[in-house]
Amino acid sequence: MIWLAAFFGVLMLAPTLLPNNYYLTILILGCLHAMNAVGLCLLVGHAGQISLGHAGFYGLGAYTTSYLSATVGLSVGLSMLAGVGLTVVVAVLVGLPSLKLKGHYLAMATLGFGIILSILFTETVDITGGPSGFVGIPRLTLFGWELRKDVTLFRLVALVLCLFVWLSFNLLHSRVGRALRALHTSERAAEAMGVDIANYKLLVFVLSAAFSGFAGVLYAHYLTFIAPSSFGFMFSVELIVMVVLGGMVSVPGAIVGAFFVTVLPEFLRAFENVEVLLFGAILVLCMMFLPDGMAGGWRRLLDWGKARLSGASHG
Amino acid sequence: MDPSSLLQYLITGLTLGSTYGLTALGFTIIFNTTGVINFAQGEFVMLGGMMSVYFMHALGLGEPAAVILAVLGATMAGALVERLAIRPVRDCPAINLVIITIGVSILIRGLAMLLWGKDTHALEPFSGYQPIMFLGAAIMPQAIWVLAISLFLLGALKLFFSGTIHGKAMLACSYDPKAASLVGIGVQRMVLLSFMISALVGAVGGVILAPITMTSYDVGIMLGLKGFAACILGGLGNPFGAAAGGVILGVLESLGAGFVSSAYKDALAFVILLILLFVKPSGLFGLKDSKRV
Amino acid sequence: MKAAKCVVALAVYLLACVPAFGADAVKIGAILSVTGPASFLGEPEKNTLVMLQDQINAAGGVNGRQVEVIVYDDESDVNKCVMAAKKLLDQDGVAVVIGPSISGNTLAISKFFSSAEVPLVSCAAAEKIVRPVDPWVFNTPQLDRHAVTSILQDAKAKGYAKLAILTVSDGYGQAGRGVLKELVPARGFELVADEVYGPKDTDMTAQLTKIKGAGADAIICWGTNPGPAVVARNRAQLGLSTPLYMSHGVASNKFIELAGDAAEGLVLPAGRLVAVDQVPADHPQKPVLEAYVAAYTKAFGPQISSFGGYAHDAFALVMEAISMGGSAASSDIRDNLEKISGFAGTSGVYTYSPENHNGLDESAFIMVTIENGGWKVAN
Repeated sequence: MIWLAAFFGVLMLAPTLLPNNYYLTILILGCLHAMNAVGLCLLVGHAGQISLGHAGFYGLGAYTTSYLSATVGLSVGLSMLAGVGLTVVVAVLVGLPSLKLKGHYLAMATLGFGIILSILFTETVDITGGPSGFVGIPRLTLFGWELRKDVTLFRLVALVLCLFVWLSFNLLHSRVGRALRALHTSERAAEAMGVDIANYKLLVFVLSAAFSGFAGVLYAHYLTFIAPSSFGFMFSVELIVMVVLGGMVSVPGAIVGAFFVTVLPEFLRAFENVEVLLFGAILVLCMMFLPDGMAGGWRRLLDWGKARLSGASHG
Repeated sequence: MDPSSLLQYLITGLTLGSTYGLTALGFTIIFNTTGVINFAQGEFVMLGGMMSVYFMHALGLGEPAAVILAVLGATMAGALVERLAIRPVRDCPAINLVIITIGVSILIRGLAMLLWGKDTHALEPFSGYQPIMFLGAAIMPQAIWVLAISLFLLGALKLFFSGTIHGKAMLACSYDPKAASLVGIGVQRMVLLSFMISALVGAVGGVILAPITMTSYDVGIMLGLKGFAACILGGLGNPFGAAAGGVILGVLESLGAGFVSSAYKDALAFVILLILLFVKPSGLFGLKDSKRV
Repeated sequence: MKAAKCVVALAVYLLACVPAFGADAVKIGAILSVTGPASFLGEPEKNTLVMLQDQINAAGGVNGRQVEVIVYDDESDVNKCVMAAKKLLDQDGVAVVIGPSISGNTLAISKFFSSAEVPLVSCAAAEKIVRPVDPWVFNTPQLDRHAVTSILQDAKAKGYAKLAILTVSDGYGQAGRGVLKELVPARGFELVADEVYGPKDTDMTAQLTKIKGAGADAIICWGTNPGPAVVARNRAQLGLSTPLYMSHGVASNKFIELAGDAAEGLVLPAGRLVAVDQVPADHPQKPVLEAYVAAYTKAFGPQISSFGGYAHDAFALVMEAISMGGSAASSDIRDNLEKISGFAGTSGVYTYSPENHNGLDESAFIMVTIENGGWKVAN
């Protein structure tokens, strides 16, 4: 828990170190992506299920709250709640039949779901504004108090991220976490032991969808503009890259992966068109040589360092 | 709706469906030999079309030479993919394989984008533009090429799998790799062969379709996904099911675009996919019922 | 160690990318779709801006100050456009921004500019950009309304009565569709079909078959490459002989290249830039057109496109505003842009005002027919 508090502290201090507002934008986006990644990490790394359509939940939360607050005129708080709520409901509806599938069938089902949502976002022009996006989303307003400054909004986002991480940790160290580890190791054995695997799989799926939906809601009210291209297949793949890079089972790793993927395009601006190639390469190489991701690599580095030191002292 | 419109939709559907069928065939061949779903299959289709364009424009080759070279090039790409990305990790859990093949597909797409740019390119039809009028509907000569070549490939593959020793060996690998290797079949070589054949089939599909729909670096995703949907529709593991599934999907999509809404026609393929996966994963002509899932 | 060396090398490279302009330079931002599906717009626009920047700096700059143009590529993606806008406003602190290249992107970012009080001179053609007028947003291309009016005038002259429209589902297409649905019945035609296709669609035979069944006298297709090229090809493949109008969005050689023989006989409104040599010598735009064509062809080869002209006009108008008012402050640029009158650009003759942030009318267009792979001015 100490490192979580330290992480939170660093985040709170960060805005003062940044030269201008643009970097703050990147930081906020990084935190939002991290929220998505943490949820997906629970699903992929711990429950052992794959989802190639998680960007759909991100978008569902974002569009629901945008439509309700800008077009229908509900208060921002209510719209946000509705956004997360709808995402949860859809996750349950999709998860129930999908999680019975395994391996590539599940991958395809989630992929198909993600793409259907993506097409819906693009085509229902009257509701979503179509490919040109949804303009004019009200800024985040909580209990009548509008978060006008970006820094305040960032602090809120950072708080929510740390909250999600704390929630995840608690989950993993509880009975649910043990059940997940059992089902990840062998579903049949777990079932034989009386673990209700269908329920636990659904729980984690819905939880990770809720994380994404919440992140989507914050995203919409921060940027005041959303467009379908943010919520398509490529973003789902980026989320997988974040989780894989971080080492599929490591929650802190997922956060690092998320920041890495968010910041990378800024550095690649000089090298156009390399982004896509790089993500593909990362996926392939990581899965082949570094299945524990950066977290695993880091751990191995530490172990190697320790071994060297103790080896040196033994002569 | 007048009958000539209906006929027109059917013809368009058959043409597109043949490509879906060829892509689906590629999926099936690899799945049958290795149990792996190769997400990068759609990219082989893209490579067929894009490499043809490249060979024609950059090297100034005539279309027939460019096309043949492109198909060969894509076949080589298939071999490379198997050697570099699949063979080292054959025993990985399913999730890892899925992610790796997705990574490969993105990698190929990224390379295509770097090498050939993001532009759309047109390929000359094999025998001209003049449509053939038939009962009020127009058939492009290219569409006849598509159907003919698809049928030919299907026939050739059937012969290969049931008639030649290599084909039978590949089927043996899919039933039981251990038993196959005990009998002296080089399983690794069969896997390599399966990737090469899939890439070839996919690339041919890409090449014959490109004159009709034009090609660019990102046509692979949608084609691959629809090809997979066609696979499931026809029953995963059944080559004829795959081809039939592709044609059915193409016709459904075309009719949907014509009679319901052209905006959502892409969604139709995925809705069908989802319904199938939830209700009857073994598809229309599926082999076994519950084992696969 | 190797990683550290890479990082150092990268840092040196990035630092070296800082251009050698003085602190006193007038900073102009630009967001253009240099890559992606709209690269046929953004690439000539970027080339034009770079060329004009060098030209004006060689001649001593504006008001004695050098001009620095910072160009970001939004890759035809609306989200990257939003990020680029934030970067230009927050990090680079530019005085004015030229672009984006596409309507959807422009509409997405225009609010940022009114709240930052920095003028935006867009190179996109949707009417929604300038009507209702946002005090800080201008555009330079001819409006879709002008294009539709030109097409309908031509259709009326040819005696067509029933029209069908086929539009793309992106910002440009939707905007055009709105104007078409308003003006087609208003001008006394019957709208018999209203079909839509997606920006990435590769087959429009279904839509064309429906249109054929509806018995239209002519079809108006509204989109940007590659869609209209597919439509043209599909029309030929289906053996349709119904006359086909295109929008000015395809007034470039890329369209002719993509559509091949299927482009023959198509009619569309275009700026005079595509057919410079057919413009009469006494036309006010002639000298501007010839100078631009000469300079661009010398720098980049004979790939002239009317879209590069949008950026040319935006830059020229901004320079005019700066030198008119003697100031490069954002609010002064904005005020002076509104005072510009009768300014000859490549797309037309501009007259801005507080109520008119587009400055052009139908006379900015000429109707052209594609003949023998080239543009022929119709009479």
